[in-house]
Amino acid sequence: MIGQEVLPLFFTFHFYLFGLVALVGAIIFVTRKSPVAAAMWLVVVMFALAALYVMIGAEFIGMMQVLVYAGAIMVVFLFVVMLLNLGHPSELGDMRGRFGRIAAGFVGLGLVAQLLALSRNALTPELVLPVGAALPAVDQPGGIIGPVAAPLFNEYLLAFELTSVLLLVAIVGAVVLAKKRSA
Amino acid sequence: MSFDVSTPTGLLQALGPDLVLIVGAMVLMLVAAFRPESAGHQRRVGLMALGVLVATIATMSWYATNASSTTVHGIIAVDGFRWAVNLVFLVGAAATIALGIEANPRDRIVAAESHVLVLFATAGMMVLAAARDLMIVFLGVEMMSIAVYVLAGINRSSARSAEGALKYFLLGAFSTGFLLYGIALIYGATGSTHLGVIGERIGTFGLAGHGMLLVGVGLLLVGFAFKIAAVPFHMWAPDVYEGAPTPITAYMAAAVKAAAFAMFLRAWLEAFSLLDGSWLTPIWWLAAVTMVAGNAIALAQRNVKRMLAYSSIVHGGYLLVAVAAGTGLGSAAFLFYGIAYTLATFGAFAIVSVMAPTGSRGALIRDYEGLWTTRPWLAVGFAICMLALLGFPIFGGVGFFAKWYVLQAAITSPRELTPLAIVLVLTSVVSAGYYLHVVRVMFMKPRPEDADEPGPVYPLTQAVLVGSVALILLLGLFPNTLATWAKDNALGARPTAVTTNAP
Repeated sequence: MIGQEVLPLFFTFHFYLFGLVALVGAIIFVTRKSPVAAAMWLVVVMFALAALYVMIGAEFIGMMQVLVYAGAIMVVFLFVVMLLNLGHPSELGDMRGRFGRIAAGFVGLGLVAQLLALSRNALTPELVLPVGAALPAVDQPGGIIGPVAAPLFNEYLLAFELTSVLLLVAIVGAVVLAKKRSA
Repeated sequence: MSFDVSTPTGLLQALGPDLVLIVGAMVLMLVAAFRPESAGHQRRVGLMALGVLVATIATMSWYATNASSTTVHGIIAVDGFRWAVNLVFLVGAAATIALGIEANPRDRIVAAESHVLVLFATAGMMVLAAARDLMIVFLGVEMMSIAVYVLAGINRSSARSAEGALKYFLLGAFSTGFLLYGIALIYGATGSTHLGVIGERIGTFGLAGHGMLLVGVGLLLVGFAFKIAAVPFHMWAPDVYEGAPTPITAYMAAAVKAAAFAMFLRAWLEAFSLLDGSWLTPIWWLAAVTMVAGNAIALAQRNVKRMLAYSSIVHGGYLLVAVAAGTGLGSAAFLFYGIAYTLATFGAFAIVSVMAPTGSRGALIRDYEGLWTTRPWLAVGFAICMLALLGFPIFGGVGFFAKWYVLQAAITSPRELTPLAIVLVLTSVVSAGYYLHVVRVMFMKPRPEDADEPGPVYPLTQAVLVGSVALILLLGLFPNTLATWAKDNALGARPTAVTTNAP
C-alpha cells in the first residue's frame, strides 16, 4: 500500500487527481441530457471513488466498488435505459416546468448549506483517523479481506454454498423461460 | 454413524442425500442442454431424473437408519422427521416426473429442463426440511419457489399458464418479503437466526411478550400462509393450479405444501413453543377460516383442476389443525397425512392428465359424466382418490385414518382444540358435496353423445395411478405400519443425541 506516510507528495497528488476526476465526473453526470452518456459518466465517478478507497487501504471495498457498482449495477442501468426509451432524452427529465426547477434549486441550496455548515465544524474525534494509522483490519493475518472471508467460509459455509445453487436455479429457470423455441 | 455438523466435513457428510440430489440435478442440467430440444430427449432426461431420485431415496434410507448428530445446535437437523418428510418430497417428485414424461409431449413442452427444475425444487425442499437456522430456511424456500415459479409457466404455448405463473411469481416474491422481514425482526429481538438458540433465549430472557419478536413471528406466519395458500392468502392458488401443467399442479398441491408445513412445524416446536399464548389464536383462526371458506368455494367449482385446487387449500386447513396442536403427536399426524394426501393427490391428477390431454378441454366436471360406461377403471380409480381425499372409511382407504390422526392430535393436545376438531368434522361433511358429486356424475349419469374420448393411459402414468390407488387401499387396511412409522419419526421422538448405532 502506498500510504500517506511513505510518499506524501505522491499520495497528495493522486488524492487530488482522483478527487477532481470524481467531482468533475459527477457534475457532468448530472448535467447530461442523454441517459446513456450520463450513465457512462457515472462509471467514471465510480472508478475514481474506487481509486480513493484503495488509497486509504480499503482494497476490498475498492474492488467491490468496481465489480458491483461500476460493473453490475451500471450494466443494469444501461439495459433499462436502452430497453425503455432510447433516443427520447427529453421525455426522461424528472424536472419539468418552472415549479420543479425552483423546488430542485431549493433542495440543492439546502444541501450546499448543510455541507458548508459541516465543514466549518471540526469532526468529532472518533470520526477522524489519526495521521499515519492504518485501518485496524489491515494488520491482521488475512489482510482486509480476512475478517470477511473467515466467517463466510466457516460459520456461514452452508448458506454461502446454497446461495450459489439458488443462483444457478434462477439462471437455469430464466434461460428455460426466455429461450427461443424452434417449433 | 454420527456427524459433527459444526465442522465442514461433518456438515458435508450429514447432507449426503441432499448432495446426491443436487449433484445429480447439476449433471442432468448439462445433459439436458447437450442436445437440441426434442420429445425424445425430454423423455430420456426424465428417465434419468427418475434414476437420480431412486439413488437419492437409496442414500436417504441408509441415512435414516444410520445417521445421527452430536452437535447440540447444529445448523441442520439429522433426525427422523427430516428423512420422513424427505420421503414425501421424493415420492412426490418421482410421481411428478413420471407423469410429466408422458404429459409434456401432449402439452407441447419439449424443454428437458422441466425435469431438472423438479429435482432442484425437491433439493430446496430437502434443505427446508433439514434447516435449523432461519437463514437456511430462507434459502431453501427460495430454491424451491424459484424452480416452481418457472415450472408453473413452462408451457409457453398457453396463455393461462403464463398468467398463472406471473401471478404466482409476483405474489410469491411479495410473500418472500414478509418472510424475510419476519426473520430480520426475529433476529433483531433474539440476536440469533438459529431455531434452537432462539428458543433458549426466549426462555432465558423472557422475550415471550416482546413486541418486535411477536411482529417478526407474525410476518413469518404470513409468509408461510402464502406458501400453503391458507385463506385469506389463497387468491393465487386456483389460477396457478389451473394454468400449470397437470403434473406440476400435483407437485405444488402435495410436495410444496408438505415442505412449507415441515419448515413451519420445526420452527414452531423448536423455536417458538414458548409463544403459545400469542400465536395459537392466529393459527386457530387461520385453520378455521381456511376450512370453512375453502370448502364453501370448492362447492361452486365446475372445473376439476380448480376444484382440486380448492380441495388442496382445504387440506392445508386440516393440516393447520395438526400444527395448532403443537405437539410431537401433531407432527406425527402431519407425516401420516402427508403420505396419504400425496398418494390421493397424485392418483387424482394422473387421471386429470389423462382426461384433459390438452389444457382446458376435458377438465370440466361435466366431462366426467358417465365415465363408468366407457372407462370403468379410470372411474374406479378416480372415485377411490376422491373418497380418500374426503376421508371416507374403508373405500377411502388411508384417507380416513389420516383425518382420524389429525383429530386425535387436536383432541389430545393440551391446548383445548375441541372446537377446532368439530369444525374439521363438520367441514369434512360439507366437502362430501363436491367429492361425492364427481363420483355420482361418473357412475350415475349417462355418457353424453358429444363427449371426447379420454386419452390413452401410457405406462408411466398407469404406474403412478395403480401405485397410488393400491397404496391408498393397502395402507387403509394396515394403517398401523404407517402410524408407527409416523410416530417414530415425529419431531422430538428421536432427539439430537445419539440413539442409533452408538459405538
